[in-house]
Amino acid sequence: MPYKPPQRERPSIDPLVVKDALKLMPASSRRLFLRQTLTIGGLAMLTGCDLAHNKSITGALGKVSKFNDRVQAWLFDPNRLAPTYPASMITRPFPFNAFYGENMAPVVDGATYKLELGGMIADKRPWTLDALRALPQESQITRHICVEGWSAIGQWGGVRFGDFLRRVGADTTAKYVGFKCADDYYLSIDMATALHPQTILALTYGGETLPRKYGFPMKLRMPTKLGYKNPKHIMSLYVTNQYPGGYWEDLGYNWFGGS
Amino acid sequence: MTTAATADGRFTPDSRGTAPLIHPLWLRITHWLNALAVFIMIFSGWRIYNASPIFGFKFPDSLTLGGWLGGALQWHFAAMWLLVVNGLVYLAFGLITGRLRRQLLPLRFKQVLADFLAAMRGRLEHADLRRYNAVQKLSYLFVIADSILIVTSGLVVWKSVQFPLLNTLFGGYDTARKVHFFGMAGLAAFILVHLILVACVPRTLVTMIRGR
Repeated sequence: MPYKPPQRERPSIDPLVVKDALKLMPASSRRLFLRQTLTIGGLAMLTGCDLAHNKSITGALGKVSKFNDRVQAWLFDPNRLAPTYPASMITRPFPFNAFYGENMAPVVDGATYKLELGGMIADKRPWTLDALRALPQESQITRHICVEGWSAIGQWGGVRFGDFLRRVGADTTAKYVGFKCADDYYLSIDMATALHPQTILALTYGGETLPRKYGFPMKLRMPTKLGYKNPKHIMSLYVTNQYPGGYWEDLGYNWFGGS
Repeated sequence: MTTAATADGRFTPDSRGTAPLIHPLWLRITHWLNALAVFIMIFSGWRIYNASPIFGFKFPDSLTLGGWLGGALQWHFAAMWLLVVNGLVYLAFGLITGRLRRQLLPLRFKQVLADFLAAMRGRLEHADLRRYNAVQKLSYLFVIADSILIVTSGLVVWKSVQFPLLNTLFGGYDTARKVHFFGMAGLAAFILVHLILVACVPRTLVTMIRGR
């Protein structure tokens, strides 16, 4: 049976979508979000009191964002490496960041965990953590740049993702790799970035098993993309040519999200 | 054709005696497109800044554009194209027609000082709007250089991995972010002074619309 990527409504910035997003936020960030949205511009954008006007503007901005995806794909050099840093420059403590609080991070049982594979992949047998740990491991100390503007340097280790994709017989001519996560986060990336030498299926942080707050059991670490493009708590991944979108991207963040 | 520039760059009124052209059409168009782009860039940029302030303050959200971080980013990364393309058109016209050199150079420190002191005493001449005084020349040169700084540091903030040379020149991502912020602050200060001076000499607003 062919694998079906998750279907989701195509959102513009729709008040209902925003409402859904608000429900997922902890109370503190919900208050912050509401407070920051209650501006003349924010109200006009969200209430839909001037729908035709706003729909044309958000539509045009969305088109430019798609254009910017193409520009970033063109700018992206598959051989250019992100800067690496000495261990002394690692940010301590490395910040926790998600659309929920740290105590809400999902709890995944590593003993029974299996990474599910789907879509245009020849060998879809699921992978246990031990099997992934038995593959050749790499380590990197790179800068994580958040879409909010802050940045932090951290150390991740794991399996080079391009090697993994080739090992399982993924069709690397496909356009997208999609991810589904234990925290209901979902997202997709371009194949060129998936095959970048610094893109790793991270199983460790700072040389230790990846802790829950940083995405146990695994996170896709891409120093060539912004933080929100680096999914944590990955449960399954699939290869597809149909645009799968993403959690923040469907709300308006740029899809390529390169850095 | 109502005016003609002579070889040394001076303008002469035509035989019908209409007011001389002060700002050619290309300059007026690029000026107002730039004003629109800068308006969007600054107010959406303040929203982006607020998501993770570099310094101990935030801009009032009511003064920002975009409604939330994602919206502000969309505005910012759309208006950047207008800012850059329009800025390149302006520079190309300015260089090819020789207007940049003619209007903004030479610039002498003594003259800047003299004109600044005259302006402070309210004695600066505005009889001929075709000729910029030395303070004007300096401030326009500053805003061109500042805009280039803002765009190049912005490129590093946008794609620090993909522009390694610029990234190094600006001292890395975090420093480029600060440069981008201070570039904005310099531009905002220019705009403030610019608007006050336009209010002092309202004829200049008319000439930037009608050209004469």
